[in-house]
Amino acid sequence: MQVTNKLTPFFENLNFERDDNSMVINFGPQHPSAHGQLRLVLELEGELVKKAYPDIGYLHRGVEKMAENMTYNEFLPTTDRLDYMAATSNNYAYALSVERLLGVEVPRRAMVIRTMLLELNRIISHLFFIATHALDVGAMSVFLYAFREREFAMDLMEDYCGARLTHSAVRIGGVPLDLPPRWLTDLSKFCTKVSYEIEHTYEALLTENRIWKMRLEDVGVLTQEDAISWGCTGIMLRGSGIKYDIRKEEPYELYGELDFDIPISDKCDSYGRYALYMEEMRQSVRILRQLIPMHSKTEPKLMAHAPQYISAPKEEIMTQNYALMQHFVLVTQGMRPPVGEVYAPTESPKGELGFYIKSEGEPYAYRLKCRAPSFFHTGLLQEILVGTYIADVVTIIGSTNIVFGEVDR
Amino acid sequence: MRKYTPKDNLQKKSYYTDRFWVAPRVPKEMVEEGSHFDDVVKALSEVSEIKESAIELGQLRVVINPTDNFKVLEALKERCGYKMMSEMSAVDYLAKDGEFEVFYQMLNLDEAKRVRVVCRIQRDEAVESVVSLFKSANFAEREMFDMFGIKANNHPFLKRIIMPDDWEGHPLLKTYPLQGDETASWYEVDKIFGKEYRDIIGPENRDPSKVDRYDGQRFSRVGYEVPFGTEIDPENEEENPIAYSETFMVDYTTGTETLSRRK
Repeated sequence: MQVTNKLTPFFENLNFERDDNSMVINFGPQHPSAHGQLRLVLELEGELVKKAYPDIGYLHRGVEKMAENMTYNEFLPTTDRLDYMAATSNNYAYALSVERLLGVEVPRRAMVIRTMLLELNRIISHLFFIATHALDVGAMSVFLYAFREREFAMDLMEDYCGARLTHSAVRIGGVPLDLPPRWLTDLSKFCTKVSYEIEHTYEALLTENRIWKMRLEDVGVLTQEDAISWGCTGIMLRGSGIKYDIRKEEPYELYGELDFDIPISDKCDSYGRYALYMEEMRQSVRILRQLIPMHSKTEPKLMAHAPQYISAPKEEIMTQNYALMQHFVLVTQGMRPPVGEVYAPTESPKGELGFYIKSEGEPYAYRLKCRAPSFFHTGLLQEILVGTYIADVVTIIGSTNIVFGEVDR
Repeated sequence: MRKYTPKDNLQKKSYYTDRFWVAPRVPKEMVEEGSHFDDVVKALSEVSEIKESAIELGQLRVVINPTDNFKVLEALKERCGYKMMSEMSAVDYLAKDGEFEVFYQMLNLDEAKRVRVVCRIQRDEAVESVVSLFKSANFAEREMFDMFGIKANNHPFLKRIIMPDDWEGHPLLKTYPLQGDETASWYEVDKIFGKEYRDIIGPENRDPSKVDRYDGQRFSRVGYEVPFGTEIDPENEEENPIAYSETFMVDYTTGTETLSRRK
């Protein structure tokens, strides 16, 4: 314990034990590189981390509890607040699991729009990752450039749904709106812009950068066995050389028809994962380019036809009595999905995001469990940080790309 | 006759249900002979008794005895290639059956297949921890303990993970109200000041837009300044030429503004 007097005051964040040169430091929850509300208790031996203890829960809002007290449609905007970097992917994961439970079929135009939004969100999230990761490691300028393109992407989201961060752009059974005029033109301009910037700005600044390589190569090495055992998904898994992408392996939406590659890296380190983020953005652009011509070939229907569960289009509600009655019941009482349970995995930008929903046939979910990728990646920190230097801790946290909205829920 | 609602489930319930309405069920498919899931069920039935197995929405759901959970998951991992445990948690059925349902969501990366292993445990029972098989269970079991109070035997560090260490109650139980119980509402006051300060500080105000115009401590007064913390007596409030809320009434024929007498 610290002996405190007027000359050696009490340091609440430090615990010196001079005999064995070990020190316990408290990292976060206000540390700027802690990606939100991560608190890490690190036991150091000199500069070497001997023990790491991630302490979470500073952003706990009880989302799963709220889900038990809200009807299915009411809960959807709450999912925005999970992974707030890419809100649509949460909306979608939730909507998908409810749709599987209901067994409704989403119209093709809604599927095109949803896939576009998902990929746009992936780019938004990856740009944010590149920006903050580079900022954490010390490359300030990348942050500015990446945020510029991210603004353009968020402008597109704003044009579509009116919100920049909390989109709620996906509804159970489809999407609420068709794309505004000229949106697809803007999107293809954005695709050109972002694919140019990936190559000429971010990669030009980082990929061959000596400092960047020294800071990232062989840092945060995650073996295949550990990646599987810790439940790592997404780029953490593919960065360890396992080719598993839910979009390819268990296709949902239009991913089965689209042509894209799943990049993997067998380097198992932070640099390999960084390269994957870059490559994934390219693939997202490729997917978006394929989707743009698909939109005009579809019927204009946007919401699934399942009158028992999903309200009819506004036109019918305004003109047909029975549609209005059903809409009234669905709004006041909420839909009642069949009894059963569902787990629908999706590939969010962070990894496997899935909602386990247990329904008892009531308008309120009996139990909803959000399988958040970042939660398991945070658990991994207690092992991957041991044996690294304190300077690499920030790199490794950045490389796991955890976001605390979904860790604490 | 009024429908009985269980008193030990405090979660929100539908205010109206048609008495003749029967909830449909998600279709359950039988496991086909010779399919991948059939091999899984056969391999599992060698190590433990399988109470029920069916395919629900493309994923195999296996119900087992709670004491066999470690053996079954080990067989899944070693013999069927389900190397990743993507999720595990519990569902509270205490109100209905006095039981918890614990589920393990397993993933086979080579075949892209998913299996959900389900077991039911009694109120005070614990499950065997599977951390030695899947490290992802480390955080997941801690979360289950935190949220439901279900203990995992032989867990290396079974401690609360999301709620504070000194929290009382387990938030995801159906008996735990959404707004929190009494301990929860006084948690900060009790911890920082002590229980005796509950009366002085008073209950938490959950209306963020509430303005108490007689509170000289937290709100300034519109119209005239008072020193910070002045006690304002609502009974003998001195008459003030400027009304608390000024509303001007404009007479558009003459263009004159008059102060509304409304307060």
